[in-house]
Amino acid sequence: MEFDYEINGGDFSRAGFASSHLKKILKQVNIDPKVIKKIVIALYEAEVNIVAHAWEGLIHVKIDPGLIRIEVQDKGPGIEDIEQAMEDGYSTASETVREMGFGAGMGLSNIKNNADDLQISSRVNEGTELTIVKKLY
Amino acid sequence: MTMQIQQIAKIAKARILCGEKENPPISRAFASDLMSDVLTLEVDQTLLITGLANVQAVRTAEMSDINCILFARNKRVTEDMIEVAKENHMVLMQTTCSVYHTAGLLYEAGIKPIF
Repeated sequence: MEFDYEINGGDFSRAGFASSHLKKILKQVNIDPKVIKKIVIALYEAEVNIVAHAWEGLIHVKIDPGLIRIEVQDKGPGIEDIEQAMEDGYSTASETVREMGFGAGMGLSNIKNNADDLQISSRVNEGTELTIVKKLY
Repeated sequence: MTMQIQQIAKIAKARILCGEKENPPISRAFASDLMSDVLTLEVDQTLLITGLANVQAVRTAEMSDINCILFARNKRVTEDMIEVAKENHMVLMQTTCSVYHTAGLLYEAGIKPIF
């Protein structure tokens, strides 16, 4: 199964649509709720990152037997120093993002904690790509 | 020990806004306005007490398998928040008490902290 989601930067009202949809799909195919929670939290953090930082983004989800692969691509400011961005507490989020309850510099590390594998690449002023992989069983 | 939402509402002087027929048992609570922090919790049967009233608080709860949110200080709960909550069989409650007061009342009644 494959799904694509388009995300608009700055549109907080819709952040979570992709994660919510994916959660319902994974429930239907009887994945362990603990595994589902990890997957949707990683995806939700990624969605919020696009809304909070980028101009627009695309999410591609591929569910194979036993494995889920989520590719997140955005057009945006990119990440200058990925290692620094992975540190808990480091954030470049705006005041608006913080008022929404995010921007504490915990997102990327939380994605990593919930995934089996996370790859990040980024170009400043172009965008960021994440690949999140998680075993389903 | 678990508590039903009607009991929680009574103790926290709260009004149930939606999901009164859902029956998520509650044994623990977490109070935070920082959704990033809520997203790191690894427990279930948890009540979220927050002063942050927006759709993302409800979405955060949805992703975190939290089925009940109590909004403190009568923070305005909008129709779109209720819509997301109903779609996910969640309970939303509202109290005039502050986050601190709400947490104190529920702690005293035996609702456990997470940390």
